[in-house]
Amino acid sequence: MDIDYISNRDAEWRQQLRAKASAKERVAVQRVKMPELSPSYRVTHRLEEVNQGLTVEMARNEAFRCLDCPNPQCVTGCPVSIDIPGFIKNIERGDFSEAIRVINRTSTLPAVCGRVCPQEKQCESKCIHLKMNSQPVAIGYLERFAADSSRLSGDKPMQELENRNGIKIAVAGSGPSGLSFAGDMVKLGYDVTVFEALHEIGGVLKYGIPEFRLPNAIVDEEISALQSMGVKFVKNTIIGKTVSIDDLKADGYKAIYVASGAGLPRFMNIPGENLNGVMSSNEYLTRINLMGAGLPDHDTPVLGGKVVAVIGGGNTAMDSVRTALRMGADRAMIIYRRTEDEMPARKEEIKHAKEEGVEFLTLHNPVKYIGDDNGRVAVMKLQKMELGQPDESGRRSPVPIDGAFEEIPVDLVIVSVGVSPNPIIPESVNDLEMSKRHTIVVDDTSMQSSNPFIFAGGDIVRGGATVILAMGDGKRAAENMHRFLSQK
Amino acid sequence: MYKILEKSYFSDNVVKLVVEAPRIAKARRAGHFVIVRVGDNGERIPLTIADADTDRGTITLVVQAVGNSTRKICALRPGESFTDVVGPLGKATHIGRFGTVVCCGGGVGVAPLLPIIKAMKAAGNKVISVLAARTKDLIILENEVRRYSDEVIIMTDDGSYGNKGLVTFGVEQVINREQVDLVVTIGPAIMMKFVSMLTKKYDIPTVCSLNTIMVDGTGMCGACRISVGGATKFVCVDGPEFNAHEVDFDELLLRLKAYN
Repeated sequence: MDIDYISNRDAEWRQQLRAKASAKERVAVQRVKMPELSPSYRVTHRLEEVNQGLTVEMARNEAFRCLDCPNPQCVTGCPVSIDIPGFIKNIERGDFSEAIRVINRTSTLPAVCGRVCPQEKQCESKCIHLKMNSQPVAIGYLERFAADSSRLSGDKPMQELENRNGIKIAVAGSGPSGLSFAGDMVKLGYDVTVFEALHEIGGVLKYGIPEFRLPNAIVDEEISALQSMGVKFVKNTIIGKTVSIDDLKADGYKAIYVASGAGLPRFMNIPGENLNGVMSSNEYLTRINLMGAGLPDHDTPVLGGKVVAVIGGGNTAMDSVRTALRMGADRAMIIYRRTEDEMPARKEEIKHAKEEGVEFLTLHNPVKYIGDDNGRVAVMKLQKMELGQPDESGRRSPVPIDGAFEEIPVDLVIVSVGVSPNPIIPESVNDLEMSKRHTIVVDDTSMQSSNPFIFAGGDIVRGGATVILAMGDGKRAAENMHRFLSQK
Repeated sequence: MYKILEKSYFSDNVVKLVVEAPRIAKARRAGHFVIVRVGDNGERIPLTIADADTDRGTITLVVQAVGNSTRKICALRPGESFTDVVGPLGKATHIGRFGTVVCCGGGVGVAPLLPIIKAMKAAGNKVISVLAARTKDLIILENEVRRYSDEVIIMTDDGSYGNKGLVTFGVEQVINREQVDLVVTIGPAIMMKFVSMLTKKYDIPTVCSLNTIMVDGTGMCGACRISVGGATKFVCVDGPEFNAHEVDFDELLLRLKAYN
């Protein structure tokens, strides 16, 4: 069916659907609850996804709640501007493959975004229901439902592809930003090759986000969809090391999108941080998620911990602490220097972590680790904090309480206090303008760097953000690179 | 890709592999390393590149079987392939005209030292190489080292070949005899620690190449971090070569045992 017909708010079917029930009737329906594995079961099954997905009935009921606003604010909250009422109303009428077609017009990875986006801060935060004293429509759950039902039914809708133009484009990094960019460029007709440093495609979606939140099989489906559209993937290749920017030019590439991510974990530079048993969340999660440490017949080792402290309050910290439970920890703690209100993690991750028995030591900050005779961490010393005045980010900054310390025995500490941009590509290009934070400087709207051959986006530009913002960058970079190359 | 074209043995558990990897062969410089993997469930293992042939599109790796993964690597036969090889990684050795350069290698550390010896010689330095091992059979690449060195001193712990004694004995001999402008040392951490202590005493600039535990090798995980001059450095992107006098070798020795 014509894409305009399925997404047009004034189409006949859509008008009829709206006329079926009043806003009052729609708002009266309670927001759906995501079916989940029980906490006691899921902490012993590391490979099983916690959220089980909505049933058809649940999804159609939830879709019914959407008022199909004439001026939908949810769309403005989405970094890739998905036509949210458009896909939801297709779910309400029971046409799930049309729903995914609407999403695919603007988004490359709906099965991923439906699982990992911070919807409560984006689309759902703008939902009209909130103004009516009601819970927002569960847009994320519905996005996931649309993607999953299309995948399970096997009737993958064909993407609309422009004629091939034969122009070669390179992408550095196969994470969410690179994939989103590649999807948009191949749709525009370009010959796109994605270079990945690791031996697996997917970037942070594979090495970072655990199976229990985002199964690798889901990521692989999205990647094979891109492959079937013509995107080429080359593993074990580092732009700036294996292949230089000049090599790419010599090979006939007309431009590159650098989405190499924030590959450098930050540490706090406190005594004892280099003891064995203290590691970055990147290392811990990569060993387990990418390398399969702890699974039978997998060679990569990982340190077990009975008492595990994870430093930080973001999604990666939640992923790490919940992974530690699944790897056999008796006690797993989040150590965070502010309060729960300031935690950057998604609400759902905090809720899941608490259900699973994670302890939250907020207003605590590590100041020192003490090792045993073998150089393994044995004790962490925490400084107790209180909230002071708001800082430039608007968050009240934590200040130490004089003399208030606490020592807790631990055998594994996972440091998850953020990442810095990966230096490899910037170091290999001379004329690339960099910021003081070592991110690549790009034009805010075009995503083009000081070197016109190079566009960039995602964490190498932002210094540590979310999957969806990285995807939004990829999308904008594709639009603007296309414009740039068309003008040439 | 990544096919083993040649395999030879230096000893029962030290092998030399010539591996098809044309892009890496072209891009690599002395001091670079690769990360390899054997099997779909294999571990990522860092190995310093011992040599490369851009015409054939090959790199040479020297591997000692010490654990499960290195045993798998050493068991690969000609015609078989690595599952993955990625690189070249790390920063290349700073090659310059220093004057007299002492290159001292222990055990399989001689393999990654060889390209540095070659490059130092080509840059116009007087190169004195000191090779050390427990016993005669474990001295590797002696002929290749001789080809590019002005002088070679062999040290064995048991005196079965060359001089009896530790590597530091050989290095100190040279220092006592003539002006030394730079020392480059690659080998077991404990050996590099003692070389570093010795040259610090004489205030001779010294570069060491560290072979720490790594996962990705691109700066992402931080498993390789080590204190250098009081600051934490990542061996994979900041190294693998550092000013030996600033490296905290005791921390390095502990960190190498993290998974033992």
